[in-house]
Amino acid sequence: MDFEFSAEQLQLRNEARRYLADKCPTTVPRAVLEGAGSYDKGLWQGLAEMGFLGAAIPEEYGGLGLGYLELCVIAEELGRAIAPVPVSSSIFLVAEILKAAGTEAQKQAWLPRLASGEVIGTLAAIEGMGGGRPSTLKAQVSGGVLTGDKSPVLDGDIASLAVVLARHAPGRDEAGLSLYLVDLSGPGIERTVLDTIDPSRSQASLSFKGAKAERIGAEGEGWRLYEEALDRAAILTGFEQIGGADRALEMARDYALQRFAFGRAIGSFQAIKHMLADMYVSATLARSNGYFGAYALSTGSADLGEAAATVRVSATKAFQHCAKNNIQVHGGMGFTWAMDCHLFYRRSNLLALTLGGQNEWEDKLIDRLRAKNAA
Amino acid sequence: MNFDDTPQEAAFRAEARAWISANGPRHLLPHLEKAGFGGLELDGLDPMQEAKAWQKKKYEAGWACLHWPKAYGGRGATPIERVIWGQEEGAYGALSGTFIIGHGMCGPTVMDWADEDTKTKRLPPLASGEEIWCQLFSEPAGGSDLAGLRTKAEKDGDDWVINGQKIWTSGAHYSQYGIVITRTDPDAPKHKGLTMFYLRMDTPGVRIVPIKQANGQSGFNEVYFDNVRIPDSQRLGAVNDGWKVSLTTLMNERLSIGSGMSAGFPDIFEFCKDLELSDGSLAINDRGVRSKLADWACRQSGLKYTGMRAISALSRGETPGPENSIGKLVAGSSLQEIAMFALDLQGQAGVIADPKLAAMGAKFQAQLMRSPATRVEGGTDEILRNIIGERVLGLPEDMRADKGLPFNKIPTA
Ligand SMILES: Cc1cc2nc3c(=O)[nH]c(=O)nc-3n(C[C@H](O)[C@H](O)[C@H](O)COP(=O)(O)OP(=O)(O)OC[C@H]3O[C@@H](n4cnc5c(N)ncnc54)[C@H](O)[C@@H]3O)c2cc1C
Repeated sequence: MDFEFSAEQLQLRNEARRYLADKCPTTVPRAVLEGAGSYDKGLWQGLAEMGFLGAAIPEEYGGLGLGYLELCVIAEELGRAIAPVPVSSSIFLVAEILKAAGTEAQKQAWLPRLASGEVIGTLAAIEGMGGGRPSTLKAQVSGGVLTGDKSPVLDGDIASLAVVLARHAPGRDEAGLSLYLVDLSGPGIERTVLDTIDPSRSQASLSFKGAKAERIGAEGEGWRLYEEALDRAAILTGFEQIGGADRALEMARDYALQRFAFGRAIGSFQAIKHMLADMYVSATLARSNGYFGAYALSTGSADLGEAAATVRVSATKAFQHCAKNNIQVHGGMGFTWAMDCHLFYRRSNLLALTLGGQNEWEDKLIDRLRAKNAA
Repeated sequence: MNFDDTPQEAAFRAEARAWISANGPRHLLPHLEKAGFGGLELDGLDPMQEAKAWQKKKYEAGWACLHWPKAYGGRGATPIERVIWGQEEGAYGALSGTFIIGHGMCGPTVMDWADEDTKTKRLPPLASGEEIWCQLFSEPAGGSDLAGLRTKAEKDGDDWVINGQKIWTSGAHYSQYGIVITRTDPDAPKHKGLTMFYLRMDTPGVRIVPIKQANGQSGFNEVYFDNVRIPDSQRLGAVNDGWKVSLTTLMNERLSIGSGMSAGFPDIFEFCKDLELSDGSLAINDRGVRSKLADWACRQSGLKYTGMRAISALSRGETPGPENSIGKLVAGSSLQEIAMFALDLQGQAGVIADPKLAAMGAKFQAQLMRSPATRVEGGTDEILRNIIGERVLGLPEDMRADKGLPFNKIPTA
């Protein structure tokens, strides 16, 4: 038993940290937030060249052929840097779905281009308010052609490939759902950029009006594949959240050391000190749960579903907790546009929702613990 | 990252499992599995006798105090083997409560600071459960401010004479030995004038008075010292270096109490699974209940894996640090929240504390009444947050009115 990343994995983490400290200081997400594009193209290309995008993509499909543990440490660093790039959509979700369900031809066609960053992928599943229940999904494919609206779609404005969860037959149940690959550079697609709580990661609504769609995975397996993809992405995104939580905690700690009030550093006031201690506790619990998740992911363990929901609930809570209290520790300064606190606050709340809200994941966790208990 | 056993670990596990299944006091299992908070109820059997018997059996087969060197009654096992043993011992582990302070705190302190003769004489009977030890640290004037203690020891020839009072001493009434921290130089600043000793609890002049706890039990005591004379050979560490010695105890305390502590999730999950709410639906299907359960589940597993990470660090040769304070801090408040929530789910009947009538043998009622102590004993929640803030995050110390003052010039009221 060993509950730590290996020396090589830690080295990769440091390498990613150094790279991102250099190429992605907070001025980079801030520029995207302030409208300089939907993502940072230079950083995206750089991450591809470093091999980070293709870390867990097999070598025969243009990746480095490393494992999930390596991808987890990279995800953590992307989270620390609140990197404004579509890694979660393109790699954690789309590349993963291709790996899990794609035909050889589909993998050959897309994985190398996802690893190289040439293609950005996105998952288009949700149709408006209320989250992803099968009964809310209406988009439909017939005769190889997709019709329907998906919103919000993270990175939907910049992606050139979408995996779409849609009906192969009308109805409301999950058995009628399949996954489809849609080349977004083709005709029959309208995109509208959405105004969101975190514009450093862009979102769009996609309207499909007869776009060409090619099924990925078996017919009727869409919902299962989608849920499994969410589980894997929840662990990887969990590491982004863990990285973000740590960084927000460090910012708050540094400010508490440097800011004086009543003749003393504010970090010597117990109200502040204990707030920071509680942030540390949340961040530590999330990290430890993250290790459980990383291991389950890397071994394809039977506990993967439980681990994914545990990481998700724990990491969402930790990042939100650290990011909101980071503002509190900074006082009035924390509420300025100029300070970076709101970048972390925005990102923590974005990540808390992208794969489904906390309620959904709490439900999954309890359902899975129950199933395990009954077994 | 590997959560599975290595071949050696698997072999160790198999050996432990086989021995436990052949030797465990199986007749106690039904009671031990129900054991929650407070004293063990063994259906008329004497819990102390049963605990000692199991400890003795383990000792004789080389399964006691696994991480201690063999020469002192242990097994010289690795930190991971200790974890594996704990997993395999399972419910029988509830029999070890009596020995936690001796094995987890006093023993390691003696191991680090006593001379060889003391170690070979005192540690094996401590490991075997024949001798029980207690920790005489807290005083009426302060537990958090431990270094403010007043019990004094004065040199008289080759002896020391101790006068004063300790309080909250768990198990003093059934202990044969104790480690006691005293003031030996009142003119020095408070951390600088302390000295540690060990002594027999039946040394003339030691008087033990049980204290009735808020939950009605009597686990801790007042201990009075009236001209208690002990030889200098019972000193642990140098004269006036007792603070440093106490840090060994406290560091081990955090590791043995904090890591591996349950946040209480399995019980509340079990309870909610079959419980019907007033509208006839199952509690486990209720959104509000689920949200709380999910939170506790994450704390439970987060603590478990935090403990495992600490063990991995220990295996790599790192010393357990202040980050281990997190275990008791999280577990204490979770246990208390869970108890209150479980009672609330029972409606007005939640008030009933009779084990024959209340749900799950009144486990949650007992937990309600015991969990406040978890948030105090061995460092309060506030002190643990200070430790994390100052020693882990590097924040400045609190303002202190006594800083640098000789002990006898510190204001007391
Ligand atoms: C069940 C139980 C068993 C125990 N067993 C033992 C034992 O075997 N041996 C032993 O030596 N002791 C034992 N103790 C004592 C325990 O360690 C102390 O009670 C504890 O350290 C608190 O000290 P105190 O009771 O003097 O409270 P105080 O120190 O007076 O604390 C009162 C309140 O003030 C707060 N406070 C104090 N200082 C600060 C600060 N600097 N910042 C913020 N808040 C502060 C505390 O958090 C607490 O809320 C036991 C206690 C209990 C409840």
